[in-house]
Amino acid sequence: MTDLTKLTLEAALGGMDKGEFSSVELTQAHIDACAGAGKLNAFITDTHELALEQAKASDARRAKGEVGLLEGAPIGVKDLFCTEGVKTCAGSKILGDFKPTYESSVTANMKADGMVMLGKLNLDEFAMGSSNETSAYGPVINPWRKGEDLVPGGSSGGSAAAVAADLCLGATATDTGGSIRQPASFTGTVGIKPTYGRCSRWGTVAFASSLDQAGPIAKTVKDAAILLESMSGYDAKDSTSLNVEVPKWSESCGKSVKGKRIGIPKEYSIEGMPSEIQSLWDQGIAWMKDAGAEIVPITLPHTKYALPAYYVVAPAEASSNLARYDGMRYGLRVDGKDLNDTYDRTRTEGFGKEVRRRIMIGTYVLSAGYYDAYYLRAQKVRTRIVEDFENAWQTCDAILTPTAPSAPFAVGRKVNDPVQMYLNDIFTVTTNLAGLPGISVPAGLSDDGLPLGLQIIGKALDEDTVFAAASALEKAAGFTAKPNRWWK
Amino acid sequence: MFTAERVADPKDYIKGETGDWEIIIGLEIHAQVASNSKLFSGSSTQYGAEPNSQVSLVDAGMPGMLPVVNEFCVEQAVKTGLGLNSKINLFSRFDRKNYFYVDLPQGYQISQFEHPIVGEGEIEVLPIDADGNTMEPVSVGIERLHLEQDAGKSVHELSPDETYVDLNRCGVALMEIVSKPDMRSPEEASAYVDKIRGIVRALGTCDGDMEKGNLRADVNVSVRKPGGDLGTRCEIKNVNSLRFIRQAINYEARRHIDIIEAGGEIDQETRLFDSVKGETRTMRSKEDAHDYRYFPDPDLLPLKLEQSFVDRIKSELPEMPDAIKARFMSDYNLSEYDARILTADKGKSDFYEVVAKDRDAKIAANWMMGDLFGALNKAGIELEDSPVSADMLGGLIDRIADKTISGKIAKDVFERMFAGEGDADTIIEKQGLKQVTDTGEIEKMVDDAIAANAAQAEKAKENPKLLGFFVGQVMKASQGKANPQAVNEILRAKLGL
Repeated sequence: MTDLTKLTLEAALGGMDKGEFSSVELTQAHIDACAGAGKLNAFITDTHELALEQAKASDARRAKGEVGLLEGAPIGVKDLFCTEGVKTCAGSKILGDFKPTYESSVTANMKADGMVMLGKLNLDEFAMGSSNETSAYGPVINPWRKGEDLVPGGSSGGSAAAVAADLCLGATATDTGGSIRQPASFTGTVGIKPTYGRCSRWGTVAFASSLDQAGPIAKTVKDAAILLESMSGYDAKDSTSLNVEVPKWSESCGKSVKGKRIGIPKEYSIEGMPSEIQSLWDQGIAWMKDAGAEIVPITLPHTKYALPAYYVVAPAEASSNLARYDGMRYGLRVDGKDLNDTYDRTRTEGFGKEVRRRIMIGTYVLSAGYYDAYYLRAQKVRTRIVEDFENAWQTCDAILTPTAPSAPFAVGRKVNDPVQMYLNDIFTVTTNLAGLPGISVPAGLSDDGLPLGLQIIGKALDEDTVFAAASALEKAAGFTAKPNRWWK
Repeated sequence: MFTAERVADPKDYIKGETGDWEIIIGLEIHAQVASNSKLFSGSSTQYGAEPNSQVSLVDAGMPGMLPVVNEFCVEQAVKTGLGLNSKINLFSRFDRKNYFYVDLPQGYQISQFEHPIVGEGEIEVLPIDADGNTMEPVSVGIERLHLEQDAGKSVHELSPDETYVDLNRCGVALMEIVSKPDMRSPEEASAYVDKIRGIVRALGTCDGDMEKGNLRADVNVSVRKPGGDLGTRCEIKNVNSLRFIRQAINYEARRHIDIIEAGGEIDQETRLFDSVKGETRTMRSKEDAHDYRYFPDPDLLPLKLEQSFVDRIKSELPEMPDAIKARFMSDYNLSEYDARILTADKGKSDFYEVVAKDRDAKIAANWMMGDLFGALNKAGIELEDSPVSADMLGGLIDRIADKTISGKIAKDVFERMFAGEGDADTIIEKQGLKQVTDTGEIEKMVDDAIAANAAQAEKAKENPKLLGFFVGQVMKASQGKANPQAVNEILRAKLGL
């Protein structure tokens, strides 16, 4: 039999439809792959037994003609999504062995569509990081390797690595400043952050509420569209959820981009950007032109303020969102001599260095006397960024940029230099600040043979154009490279 | 910064060694919104449930939980704002107030900081002096009203070294009503709170129960030389009765004056009122004040109201206490005093209107304020739990009016009604208290009385005062049931007076 783990989600769903294999067989193949991929450290918690039960139930449903959008497909779930009865720890020690009594709306949607959950994927602690090195459960190793261990990007490093290594057919992820797209770029996978409000945030551990948005990491653009269709939908339990219909995005894939105006923002050519990134971008422009799109130079003048604004707003919200981890009701508790000492010890031991750094930054920027200079100013920048895009949409329908300013780097290379690390998000944070959809598509290899991604940014709620442009890029790039399975 | 232009009435000045002082008072009232569920979760708000039995995942601050605003609570806040003659802000926003405490699971309280749902307004307050007389009305400005979540309850008394937490109250909706510093005496302050209490009760937006803590006040007090520069204020937290508010202000003002006159300075601080000792003491000083790091709650969208929503609520507003009082004075011809007592709250005015309907308004008022309130007060029962309903009291008044019983017998019937022996008719029937109005029967009793006291009857012609003696004899013979008026008339005729 062929290696079922090499299938795309679309092909696997088709194979089950035709009765070529069962969900149990498909799931078992992925469980075996996971069992041999311990070196990647992609999963924090395996739920293999549960997955086989779900696969069995899925096969039974299929036999009765009940076939959901993700029927019988083995998927990995980022450990930021609360899963009923299954340990959810957000990559942090502070949550201990926390087992939610509830299921996040996103994974509940996917379960209702027949998803089989293989396990909970590793991530940067509380999704704070760009290399998956801040996880309390150890770094995730990129399946792509060049003589040394490389990071898979972050924060959805486990999701990206697992998909790239064929450990699952697709994975849920979240993106606050680039946490879906940058790891997708680093691992040769597709990752989309939809319009803010498409996916409910209910039951997903919060990092920065106004920026957090769930989305999938997948092997192909079409797979990403199928997954996002399942994950999205209005949820009355999330006040920021958008009450709009979920389109059939899988049908957007492959749509012609003829006549679409693709904007190229001049501000994204940053100083010191490796030439391989610039040439990949130029290549992307040529591909889009070949596909019949019109290339339009645009300006997003406030881009240079986006990263600093992001690193004020996100930590500010995080400092408040993470206040609930106080050792009182669940998770880790380190008793001290009095209440404040217990708080101190619990949070010092429970949170890693990067999380503590962001809590400190967030607390500082919100404190009396600094609020106006930092938080309020950052919000003003945010408004300008939104306006930049509004203006851009006057002349273009979507925007093409590189996803990340570099190829994947070595484990340990940037972990002690937060500013270098934060620069990873330079091309991705703008869409979070503006709430826009953005997708990363693998487009080529670096000089070292490592994957590089291009990003398509779309108008709010116009994932249709984003998917169409992304699949045009995908088709033109013909990216078929896979990491060799060195970890086996 | 605020200004306080009005200078107190000189009678409200406090004498100090260096001359007169006036008190500047502003109040923050926390009123629990009357609502079945909490401000941002579906949990019940019922009082007195088992600890931690009304706690949702949201209330407990579980990971990934999100607040969703309870529209009914928003409506209640708008209604209250309208009742306070205040501006309704069509745009308002929820902010997070960040601090750590065991009874605050999220690590922040959701409140409204920069953009409250209700803005400025003004209400008129009638202070009452120690003898119960109304004084000159005073205008008190409303600064704002905003919605916020209550915290849970920490219980320190169950164990010497542990604190227990009950989260039932956590997340319950509160309206914080902030006044301008417009009050100048303890009486004005307590009248203001009483006024707010009456308004929210009439609106049904808060039950106003101060004992349960459903309406409580933080009192800001400072002193100054009349009309002079404002002094440093202290905030006295959670004072929960009108009497305590007056006591706390008196104590605090005197404390300030004593410190200033001794050459000291007032520390801006938060204080507690000890109702047993009748004094205030430091809770936390300015140095310990939290930096709450307020910022807009990113989990909630700004609250945008339609004018039509506000208009609809406005059109459905019930009659307000001031209007009811004015109507009682004009329609029922009641004195200001009677009208004030009977409109002190919605329960009283509703009760009175049932009793007074198609009856003598003054008699109805007298029975309610005299006998009924007296009996309730003595028994320590609230009007809503009164064993004598409005219909029962009305029925009793009817029997006096139609002369079935005398006013004197009625007092006895009332006592029996209050003791739970049934309505007036039942008691009159059972106890045989029906007034004798049959003139034949009375005539016979009069004849008997005259026959038995022939000598007195002779003297009565010269000494009409003896009439009283005969009335007494006849009433005694009738066991009090003879109609006194008829007895009088027949005696006069028979005795030739």
